[in-house]
Amino acid sequence: MSLLELRDVKVVYQRRDGTLVPAVAGASLDVDAGEIVGLVGETGCGKSSLAKAAVGLVPVAAGTVTFDGRPVHVLGRRARRASERRLQLVFQNPYESINPRRTVGAQVADAFAISHTLPRESWRARVDELLRRVGLPLNLARRFPHQLSGGQRQRIAIARALAADPAMIVLDEPLSALDSSVQAQVANLLVDLARDLHVGMLLISHDLAIVRHVAHRTAVMYLGVIVETAPTAGLWRKPMHPYTQALIDAVPHADGAGHLPVALSGEIPDPARPPSGCRFHPRCPHVMERCLSDVPELVKHGGDRQVACWLHEEPVAARPADDLRRVSR
Amino acid sequence: MTPLLSVRDLHVWLDTARGPLSIVDGVSFDVGEGQVFGLAGESGSGKTITALALLGLLPAGARTGGVAIMAGRDLLAMRTSERRRTRGREIAMVFQDPTSSLHPMLTIERQLTEHLRYQLGLSGKEAHLRAVALLTEVRMPDPEAAMRGYPHQFSGGMRQRIQIAIGLACEPRLLIADEPTTALDVTVQAGILRLLRRLCKEKNLAVILITHDLGVLSALADSITVMYAGRVAESGPTSQVMGHARHPYTRGLIDALPHPEAPDRVLIPIAGDPASPESRPSGCAFHPRCRYSRPSCQIAIPPLIPIDDGREMACPVDPFMASVAR
Repeated sequence: MSLLELRDVKVVYQRRDGTLVPAVAGASLDVDAGEIVGLVGETGCGKSSLAKAAVGLVPVAAGTVTFDGRPVHVLGRRARRASERRLQLVFQNPYESINPRRTVGAQVADAFAISHTLPRESWRARVDELLRRVGLPLNLARRFPHQLSGGQRQRIAIARALAADPAMIVLDEPLSALDSSVQAQVANLLVDLARDLHVGMLLISHDLAIVRHVAHRTAVMYLGVIVETAPTAGLWRKPMHPYTQALIDAVPHADGAGHLPVALSGEIPDPARPPSGCRFHPRCPHVMERCLSDVPELVKHGGDRQVACWLHEEPVAARPADDLRRVSR
Repeated sequence: MTPLLSVRDLHVWLDTARGPLSIVDGVSFDVGEGQVFGLAGESGSGKTITALALLGLLPAGARTGGVAIMAGRDLLAMRTSERRRTRGREIAMVFQDPTSSLHPMLTIERQLTEHLRYQLGLSGKEAHLRAVALLTEVRMPDPEAAMRGYPHQFSGGMRQRIQIAIGLACEPRLLIADEPTTALDVTVQAGILRLLRRLCKEKNLAVILITHDLGVLSALADSITVMYAGRVAESGPTSQVMGHARHPYTRGLIDALPHPEAPDRVLIPIAGDPASPESRPSGCAFHPRCRYSRPSCQIAIPPLIPIDDGREMACPVDPFMASVAR
């Protein structure tokens, strides 16, 4: 059993005109302790909704979310259950996720006030420890957020999550608001934290290149469903789903060689009216007849890979992946 | 061949309560017809202010120095009326966020044809035909239907195509694109990059591409200037600057990026945060973050020196000289 388990999760929103929009249409995902799982996909694929469902910020319409063997409850007016405090969330924008009117040290200490696990006289020492842990100078504790850079603020947001002594942190685009020279600092910090503190992480990102460096395993999401999950290295070496291949081919390389990245035709469809059969079929370069009518299930291929694509009906699938690469280049 | 635009020793000062603040400090570059010129840098590097200065769109109280010669005229010394004619007719701008630069309450037709009628004096019917042609040019699916739509009905990528169509309306010779793909998904970004490349080739359009994304620049730009804290760190042909970076800052930016061919390499971040104009360090502005800095770097502003075929670099220490293949 994994530390964080999402099983057939559906998240449905209602538009103003009453239309129901299934942003997440049955997605399953596991994250173990000490493991970083990257969740990638285009805007509107439902990755942020899935992240919010994982921490109880939005209700699930169907399916289950369990953390440490117990169901995760939707956050309401009441305080979060003690059993769920070890499940933490870090948001994208550190300019909005921390209070501009309080010192950052006081905000990191909030967790102690809520959990009553630490006597007040030890708070300061623990805040210092956490700041050191995320690589910030200790004198920052008495500063206000506006005196900090974007990278420092994101470290504070991470320190706040760590203050609750988490077993699992869900991070929604934690790097995308940062300058590129600073992104690498925070990316390396995440890797260190997962290894040293044995924290599990679900890392939501649209930036495939950084996910490739940070995540042990990567899940690819398209229009509300997971289409492929695999250990990160294998996924990049041999993407099996045509959508994964398209995402990888679209990443520009900073090598000065002047290669234009490959565009994926079409656009992500309206989740309220998803295409029949395989949801990716209108944009897929390998579309076959059955893709239009039959929904491909997420099927195991080899030890730790799952793919939802009719190209890989046979579970022994080393060869089709090779073909795929040749065709699309 | 003379370049279309030649910027020499550009300075920009903004007026603040504590006196004039230097934002851009002596930047020079050339942009040729049919070429993509890339301006790279992090936040606070002055890359956007450089573009705004060329367009005459600096905030009130800003002062400029230096010259920017385009077709024999200095863009920085123009009168307001002349500048207004130049903008749109000869220079067009595409911004990062098409959501905020398109008018939400007006149809695409209105926004496209307004420009054509005002700048070129076309009749309603002529403007309509020309607008459809422009939308076709940027590969907008079903241009006639798109004309009747409002911005919110289009995706980010399509809105960016509309913005480019508006920019191209009066057949400018120079297009300034400020982070044109930053708000887009990589799959959509690739399409916009291909569109810009095609326009550049087919229309002999000069493009200034401003972005922090070295991958995007590497894919599209013919030459690159890397800015740090308002000054040029390194400039030259893309293959040289990106393939064999010589300035410690350029090198640092590249080492901080995930590399496609070496996924197991540890990312090497640049220590600290980008310098801001309010607190630009003395001497070489990069020295507090530079692992190769010497005491002299704190004192003298390093001059740009030519190093090889068309490349310039502002670092007297030059720690990567030996690693460059001769």
